[in-house]
Amino acid sequence: MSKKNKNFDRNRWGLRESVLTFIPGSSVYGTMRSRQARHGVLFILPFILGFLIFMVRPLVTSLMMSMSNVTLMPGEGYNMAPVGFTNYSNALGVDPYFNQYLVEEVGRMAVNAIATLVMSFVIAVILNQNFRGRTLARAIFFLPVILASGVLPGIESQNEFYDMMAGVAESVGSASGVNISASLRNLLSISGIGSGVFDVLFEMIDAIYDIVMASGIQIIVFLSGLQAISPSLYEAADVEGCSAWEAFWKITFPMVSPLLLVNTIYTIIDFFMKNDNRVMERINEVMYSKFDFGGASAMSWIYFGVAILFIAISSFIITKGVHYYED
Amino acid sequence: MKTKQKAAAPAATANAPVLRGRDRKYIFKMKVKKYAISIIRALLLFGLCFMIIQPMLIRLATSLMVESDLYDSTIVLLPRNVTLDNYRIVAELTDLKTIGGSWTLRSLLNTLWTSLLVSVCQVLACTLVGYGFARYDFPLKKFWFGCVVLLIIVPPQTIQTALYMQFAAFDVLGIIRALFGHPLNLRTSILPYVLMSLTCMGLKDGLYIYMLRQYFRGIPKSLEEAAYVDGCSTLRTFGEIMLPDAVPTIASCFLFSFVWQWTDLFYSRNFLSGYSIYSVQLSSIVSRMSRYFNAGSDVAQVVPNARQQQLIFVGVLICCIPLIILYCFTQRTFVESIAMSGSKE
Repeated sequence: MSKKNKNFDRNRWGLRESVLTFIPGSSVYGTMRSRQARHGVLFILPFILGFLIFMVRPLVTSLMMSMSNVTLMPGEGYNMAPVGFTNYSNALGVDPYFNQYLVEEVGRMAVNAIATLVMSFVIAVILNQNFRGRTLARAIFFLPVILASGVLPGIESQNEFYDMMAGVAESVGSASGVNISASLRNLLSISGIGSGVFDVLFEMIDAIYDIVMASGIQIIVFLSGLQAISPSLYEAADVEGCSAWEAFWKITFPMVSPLLLVNTIYTIIDFFMKNDNRVMERINEVMYSKFDFGGASAMSWIYFGVAILFIAISSFIITKGVHYYED
Repeated sequence: MKTKQKAAAPAATANAPVLRGRDRKYIFKMKVKKYAISIIRALLLFGLCFMIIQPMLIRLATSLMVESDLYDSTIVLLPRNVTLDNYRIVAELTDLKTIGGSWTLRSLLNTLWTSLLVSVCQVLACTLVGYGFARYDFPLKKFWFGCVVLLIIVPPQTIQTALYMQFAAFDVLGIIRALFGHPLNLRTSILPYVLMSLTCMGLKDGLYIYMLRQYFRGIPKSLEEAAYVDGCSTLRTFGEIMLPDAVPTIASCFLFSFVWQWTDLFYSRNFLSGYSIYSVQLSSIVSRMSRYFNAGSDVAQVVPNARQQQLIFVGVLICCIPLIILYCFTQRTFVESIAMSGSKE
């Protein structure tokens, strides 16, 4: 790799060279560069194999399934009859729940993702300050990474009792005025300020438990970004008479904003793959109760498409708005 | 803000005797501001931390209650009659104890060894792949890394059915058919999942590859080059120079992998159905309750909802407590690796 050769650009691989690298006895086979390349490929070989066998192949099968009518044969086999895009139109137009759940979940996701990002950023800024018990606070904020993983978050809401209790708590709260957010909302709507924006805001406040439970990793990522900011920047700002508020917006925020992309993607994926997601539940229901494998595959592809779309849009917006510092 | 306060404090002590009214007012203002900020911060942090911890405390308290305590409205948090009987019932429901028999801890032990096995495989494969991506230049590198990102993004549910069927009649390019005469049914064995873990297709493997790659990228190139110049082979460079430094990152990947595998439902249900895994047992605990409580009697009784909820709490606690204990000891390792992977691209 360290060898300089003027015949080719060091950082790019032409088609000819790429092929020759793997052919023993060819003109470039013995060079350091191609030897290194072969070692590199050997190192990632497990991934390449796994990706082809356990990802590409099932993906293709699942895509084919989503466009066909799958019937299970007695025994182990299954039969696929191609039906075009019927499964997709069924999922969107005929299935009574999928459509509704998808819109609801996506809406919830959008609100919660923004709230999670803001929340984790604020918490990270606080945890970055010096105070007693900081280690303990950090440990506790990171605990949700364990407590909100896998089977744990969904299991309790499966129970009817849980829903009942939530309903009771809500009605009791609104009757006695204990529910602060509800009474505040009432107050605002009486005074004529209540509007769509406030509804979204209150939704966020009511979901604060979910939001905090979902922001463990994001807090740590932001925290690492905050710790990477050199203190001399703040000193310079202080000398120039910059207030803390200004320093926050002019130094802290821009320096951490590149991490926003990583966190946004992580948050969106996390929300899309949650166990207690109703779209996922619906897909499982269609698959295991109705044995409509084609329909279920089509649904999961639609869902996946929506996720990709969201990630693409948010990455586009963030990369446009974020300034990357080169150092 | 902090630096300002620090600058103000020594100035205050030095000039204390000759303070004028205005200075004193200023210092007083700064002090009030400082205390106000720390009080607000403490309240906020306490509230949020309490919110995270409180459900666990409630679960713990509820899990120790006798059933009659659940319906007693004078009991809010602390149980009046403490009992460990709920744990016994849940243990019998989740295959930790044979009914009326001895404690075998079967599902937890199964979870333990499968999680260990799977996470060792995952970390092994991801370390190699992460190292390959970080330190070597090869054709199509960008493309393959794009595939890693795709791996992070694709929900496993999309390929769930296809994988399931693939393993029901497992065959790679007709090789297995040629060897055994028929495709293998691997559905109830752990082999498919181990294979997937060894090839980086397990639970959240894309994330581990990313974390390890970020770490290996940070190592100065000269270290490696020095080794090559001295005639160190590729594998030896990797094993003796790169790996020892990477142990903390690898350890944290292992911990993540272990913890997430422990609580995982999706992969366990699909690929480990031949074993009794705790998270799978826990997920179907409600449906097994009525059978359990009606075992001896002819009259079918409905298990009260509050009772169901209490037993779920116990089940969740049994699942969480080993992890929380583990977390208490390894908290630092957990936090630091993520901090590393978050650092700049």
